[in-house]
Amino acid sequence: MKENLSREEFLKGIWRDNPVFAQVLGMCPMLAVTNSAINAVAMGMATFFVLVGSSFLVSTFRNVIPKQVRISCFIIIIATFVTIADYTLLALVPKVHKELGAFIPLIVANCLILGRQEAFASRYPTKLAVMDALGMATGFVVALFSLGAVREILGDGALFGIKLFGENFEPWIIMILPPGGFLTLGVILLFFNWFQQKKDEFLADVADAERGSR
Amino acid sequence: MNAPAATASPSSLRLVMTLAIAGLLSGIAIIGIYESTLPTITANKARELREAVFKVLPGVTQMQALVYRDDALVVVPEPDKDEPVVYGGYDDAGQFIGYAVPAAGPGFQDTIALLYGYQPAEQRVVGMEVLESRETPGLGDKIYKDMDFVGEFKALTIEPEIVAVKKGTKTADNQVDAITGATISAKAVVRIINEAHAEWSDRYPAPGSEPGLEASEPADTGGEQ
Repeated sequence: MKENLSREEFLKGIWRDNPVFAQVLGMCPMLAVTNSAINAVAMGMATFFVLVGSSFLVSTFRNVIPKQVRISCFIIIIATFVTIADYTLLALVPKVHKELGAFIPLIVANCLILGRQEAFASRYPTKLAVMDALGMATGFVVALFSLGAVREILGDGALFGIKLFGENFEPWIIMILPPGGFLTLGVILLFFNWFQQKKDEFLADVADAERGSR
Repeated sequence: MNAPAATASPSSLRLVMTLAIAGLLSGIAIIGIYESTLPTITANKARELREAVFKVLPGVTQMQALVYRDDALVVVPEPDKDEPVVYGGYDDAGQFIGYAVPAAGPGFQDTIALLYGYQPAEQRVVGMEVLESRETPGLGDKIYKDMDFVGEFKALTIEPEIVAVKKGTKTADNQVDAITGATISAKAVVRIINEAHAEWSDRYPAPGSEPGLEASEPADTGGEQ
């Protein structure tokens, strides 16, 4: 039972409550840095680290932090992790850091992270909070990667900088410009909602059929 | 805070202490990560700069920073921040080859920062490398991705000034073929170099009397002057 509970917390973030496709949170990095797969993944990993780290700390100290100053405490914790991620990226992968620019410090303002602290980590035991954070962060990475991959393939004819098509491929430049981000996100959200609707209809049909056969 | 506190409400002192401790721990963590990554970050930056200088000045294997103080170019191991600086490039034997000049100016979308190599003896630009830019991907970014354009700056007369002309119409030594579809970015690069040259050209000493190479590089911090 316990096992199922934490697995459930992990899985919900990836699909059912996906932070981007279902909750539509964290749109700023989502649209801004997904012009190539590598940028999207780097941004995703930085967010992953910050979210999991802060959820762990917030949940561990949830009984020590007075309710009146909880938001300030969450922000201090989040900002510390963001600074650590910022310097680490700058030291290890200066090229990627240059591309992401101001969007790494802006992780502090990502409502996905503060939202998870307020809605989940500050109310549940550490183990569940970490599972929830892992799931949500994985969902965010998956969403960023799918947007980044689509935009890089169409806009540059490449994936992770490796050319996929021959010389004759004419890159669809608009896809790596800002409008491409909106277009791709729109299409993906459309697909996600359509799929969700079909699934609900299917489940309703199954329920009807079961009732009829009884 | 003057209102009678609800029974369960913690004291102000406790609230203040919680935030103070959180801030203190956060500060310690940040100082720790800053101190531990600083050497790598500085080394990365220095390496990037060296590579760029060696790229824009062919044949250069040693470099030193030069600043303009009291009407002369002087060697300074560690220039002040925000002080305009050029890099003198020298070959294996310590013979002066040329200056690598950092310059920046507005491009199509944001500031373009670049470095160009200048040989005072022939008054020629011998190389150009874009260090930072946010030009449109696929169009404006050709100022560093299009090797034909970058190659234009390998032998370019800078007097009276560089002129960007429509692609394929280059006729003189001081002309650069612009990029089709990215005229503004290409012209910006030319303008940035011209402006930087106008600023620096009077400051260079006569060819042949450039500052010599100081003994060793970073290790030496003995203040000249």
